[in-house]
Amino acid sequence: MPKDSGIGASSKRREDVRFLTGAGNYTDDINVHGQAYVHFLRSDIAHGRINNIDTSAAEGMPGVVKVFTGKDFEGVGGMPCGWEVTDKHGAPMQEPPHPILAQGKVRHVGDPIAAVVADSLEQARDAAEAIEVDIEELTPVLDMKAAAQDGATLVHDDLKNNICYDWQLGEADDAKVDEVFANAAHVTTLDLINNRLVANPMEPRVAVAEYSRGTDEYTLYTTSQNPHVIRLLMCAFVLGLPEHKVRVVAPDVGGGFGTKIFHYAEEAFCTFAAKACNRPVKWTASRSEAFMSDAQGRDHVSTIELALDADNNFVGLRTNTYANLGAYLSTFSSSVPTWLHGTLMAGNYKTPVIQVNVKAMFTNTVPVDAYRGAGRPEATFQLERVIDKAARELGVDPIALRRQNFITQFPYDTPVALTYDTGDYNGTMDKLEAAADLAGFAARRAESEAKGKLRGLGVNCYIEACGIAPSNIVGMLGARAGLYDAATVRVNATGSISVMVGAHSHGQGHETAFPQVVADMIGIDESMVEIVHGDTSKIPFGMGTYGSRSLAVCGSAMVKATEKVIDKAKKIAAHLLEASEADIELKDGQFSVAGTDKSVAWGDVTLTAYVPHNFPLEVEPGLEETAFYDPANFTFPAGAYACEVEVDPETGQVSIEAFTAADDFGNIVNPMIVDGQVHGGIGQGIGQALLENCAYDENGQLLSASFMDYAMPRADDVPFYGVDHSSQTPCTHNPLGVKGCGEAGAIGSPPAVVNAVLDALNSGGRAVDHIDMPVSPSRVWAAMNG
Amino acid sequence: MYSFEFEKPSTIADAVAALGGEDAQALGGGQTLIPTLKQRLAAPTKLVSVSGIAEMKGVCVEDDGSVAIGGATTHATVAREAAGSYPALAALAGQIGDPAVRNRGTIGGSIANNDPAACYPAAVLGSGATIVTNARQIAADDFFEGMFGTALDEGEIITSVRFPVPQAASYQKFLQPASRFALVGAYVARFASGVRVAITGASEDGVFRWSEAEAALDKEFRPDALMGLKINPMNMIGDLHGSKDYRAHLVSVMTKRAVEACM
Amino acid sequence: MTQVSMTVNGKAVSGDVEGRTLLSSFLRDHLALTGTHVGCDTAQCGACVVHVNGEAVKSCNMLALEAEGAEVGTIEGQAAEDGTLNTIQQAFQDHHGLQCGFCTPGMVMSAAALLKENPRPSEAEIRKYLEGNLCRCTGYHNIVKAIMAASGQDVTSIAAE
Repeated sequence: MPKDSGIGASSKRREDVRFLTGAGNYTDDINVHGQAYVHFLRSDIAHGRINNIDTSAAEGMPGVVKVFTGKDFEGVGGMPCGWEVTDKHGAPMQEPPHPILAQGKVRHVGDPIAAVVADSLEQARDAAEAIEVDIEELTPVLDMKAAAQDGATLVHDDLKNNICYDWQLGEADDAKVDEVFANAAHVTTLDLINNRLVANPMEPRVAVAEYSRGTDEYTLYTTSQNPHVIRLLMCAFVLGLPEHKVRVVAPDVGGGFGTKIFHYAEEAFCTFAAKACNRPVKWTASRSEAFMSDAQGRDHVSTIELALDADNNFVGLRTNTYANLGAYLSTFSSSVPTWLHGTLMAGNYKTPVIQVNVKAMFTNTVPVDAYRGAGRPEATFQLERVIDKAARELGVDPIALRRQNFITQFPYDTPVALTYDTGDYNGTMDKLEAAADLAGFAARRAESEAKGKLRGLGVNCYIEACGIAPSNIVGMLGARAGLYDAATVRVNATGSISVMVGAHSHGQGHETAFPQVVADMIGIDESMVEIVHGDTSKIPFGMGTYGSRSLAVCGSAMVKATEKVIDKAKKIAAHLLEASEADIELKDGQFSVAGTDKSVAWGDVTLTAYVPHNFPLEVEPGLEETAFYDPANFTFPAGAYACEVEVDPETGQVSIEAFTAADDFGNIVNPMIVDGQVHGGIGQGIGQALLENCAYDENGQLLSASFMDYAMPRADDVPFYGVDHSSQTPCTHNPLGVKGCGEAGAIGSPPAVVNAVLDALNSGGRAVDHIDMPVSPSRVWAAMNG
Repeated sequence: MYSFEFEKPSTIADAVAALGGEDAQALGGGQTLIPTLKQRLAAPTKLVSVSGIAEMKGVCVEDDGSVAIGGATTHATVAREAAGSYPALAALAGQIGDPAVRNRGTIGGSIANNDPAACYPAAVLGSGATIVTNARQIAADDFFEGMFGTALDEGEIITSVRFPVPQAASYQKFLQPASRFALVGAYVARFASGVRVAITGASEDGVFRWSEAEAALDKEFRPDALMGLKINPMNMIGDLHGSKDYRAHLVSVMTKRAVEACM
Repeated sequence: MTQVSMTVNGKAVSGDVEGRTLLSSFLRDHLALTGTHVGCDTAQCGACVVHVNGEAVKSCNMLALEAEGAEVGTIEGQAAEDGTLNTIQQAFQDHHGLQCGFCTPGMVMSAAALLKENPRPSEAEIRKYLEGNLCRCTGYHNIVKAIMAASGQDVTSIAAE
């Protein structure tokens, strides 16, 4: 029986009511009295040297408050990078400056050159058109392999080359890897492109900043997944402001998907300008602006080689990847192709020797950073595509080949630095085979063929490392932040509870799911618990929401804080019941003395905590506890996905006929929300596989600069999805046994789609070896017609 | 958007007068024009909305059997009201943009803009329609003058479009996946006097008639008549969404499918 | 500046606007009806869909002055006065048809227009009708399911909650 409340219940989302009635409070809904508007003059060329910027005409235009250029920011810091990667020779990555407004050069289309603050947005735009910019165009650096050559044009003149780092993980002895490959019975090699994507949360980014001369305090409202991180970075590294004088609020946020993790120049600009102009300052990105200023995702070019022995056991894996970082280092960009990608190359398989090589490149394109999955989709795609190709070359069943090589003993130390604590990959695959009715595929293929369509089945596995991760470990790996989280459980006198959490909810349903946990632990109604998030002035601290971490990390902090509350409440209850604390039990909101009928209700205990007339002397009044939780390890959600496609051989059009996901997320708090997270991830993964392509031309101009050319998945591009998460091996090291579910769909689905298309294109005696994402009709047709 | 004045006359004569000023521009549904203005790619001093002109709205069947559609008639209205009199045209109108766009976008606006990937130009050219303006009547064959170009003079308004109704017709649209405009759209119309085939989305020169296909279908109106007939990819559009060769191929496939749908 | 008057959610309103003022801006900035969202500038995302004289339109792609005298309906006018959600809104909550909520007002308004036109749409008809409404969170599964449920169809056989 499904539960109707607490942990395991599909409680309806309480936040929905405000969103469904137009009562949400998104950043662009916030207007501050007297606010001025910002318009950024952005570069329309990819690479150029700024000779001169003349703002004199603009400054005299109607409504103009002030015009800013890079010169105004010479005294402040640039945008920081939060992760220092060490290259394979032990040297730190090359870390070029990233000014708030361009200084000396523009390095991508969209790079902000100047900013106009004016009474109205249209006035700011009018004035921006009057700014005269003299830029000498330079050759744009676009192709990563060419950019890595000696003598290539430099994106950053002060760096020795365009390579941010040349990184390696796994087996460091090249000769040993060569030997494995030389002795292999079979080697499968595959060249792959992981297409560049634009995250495109439906809400564009917005920043509203105000400054109080009276108190020297700043407030920044911003579309962020992690307001505390923004405050820390902006205060400590960019503007040099005292952290306690700055409040950062991320109110309702319309989707993030990674791209709202990062600290952006526009946020720092508005905060700076609010004081400089002595006016509140507001910036709202248009969608066109988002395409050239939001950090983009993926963009890897890889060669992967898989070595198998005569019995089809995986014996070696080697990958070489060029990872595009764009023109500047975005906040967490350096970690994505390395620690979030290389570490996942073992996948679900016991390959003994793995070597991962990554060259991260600067190019004259928009910066690239984490996008849903962040590194893990790139790893999964390579691995699951090469396994499928190997199965085809060897003439073996791709599922059997995977099963044969699954890791089955846990904990398992991979050759690429991780320890998987738990999992059941065969069990999850069993669930998939049943849920997707794989046995019935042959009949469905015959039906499609009778209609003149090709049908293909693609299956793959994935594993992801979530809930990143012990701070001491990530610190050794170069993280410049801790990755714990925090929660304060504040019990009010009447027994209702406010939980201040460091995680931020922008679609994940924390406002519903987190209270389910606390209410369940105490045995009270969910409606008595509410979470508070997204405001640095209201919550103790928080690292925010990304990497499928909220419940695994922040939820664990919340559990620990709730445990502290319960411990204290038991002391009070023991006093009231004149019993020993050890004998007090809490169930259904009642404290009782074991083995007796004596009890006191939750509300009586909480009231006593605040009206401590009859109270234990050694206990402080009040009932509020804070906990920080630093995870002991990553969590390792894993799964198996199946996709069935039909291909129209005449046009190359691919349609997704069925998509089934079997995931092991460990324990689950709200199954309805988990399903929704998987659906959304699959939608984005199908988008990457079939539709989405952020492309630049040979001059570095963005070809897909709006929804007119960047194909977002629509309702009729996708089917209903089958989702099964009954395979559950709880995480062994966090109190809820949860693993995280936010990114799984986006990680697991692209290879399933591409494998399915290739299966279709190889049916009936056809032979197509490879096709790049997005698998557009044009590409399918070209692949089929040589 | 740059600043502009707005006028909403209720007669064609007033609209023509309002458009007499320098840099005045007619506004149909604005579904393409407003995004263009947002990007500041156009700077009219005045927009003259035709949406208040009753005589430019509606679908009616003329005495000669042709279907006349007012220039300010929305796509949704055409999809609904022409379904009986000219089903292929109604079906095409029902595929433009999305429901909310179809509730605003107008036939006159679409044709005057002549986007190379728009649907309506294919129907107008494929049907051999007549474009009626405040000043004259223009045959479809003389109207479209390459990408975004038309025979309209400054300030000239499309008041209606008159479609002769063919014995059979079909529009087959292959979607550009992002914009949902036509990557290639083929409009095939079979008249007693001959077959017309108009192709949109494919050519650098905008909508065009595929005369080889027309000749082949005149001889024999069945899908096989097109076998082996290929269009030269040279003048096709090649972009992110499809190569020149692919578009040329789709021209054949979509035309064939349109013929099949006419059978 | 020109005065524009219209009825919004049953209430007569007016304000002074420029020729270039969009209906979405009039609703958001002049009337503080911020439930109508703007998610793109090319008339594609549909977060701004409202009803004008009973028809779904993209309010960021229509001039405010074009709505002179019109009956305009927005997301704020969908629930009953006492806050009770209408059938579509309730179905969206029941079936988890929203996550971040940003596209939701447009989705609900489009769904209402669809059900007015077609009271019992098939899955395919719903998916087709939502061509002009983008959602980045839900993968559309629960949106389609919610609209089917709102039209009185049994959705228990559709996979997952």
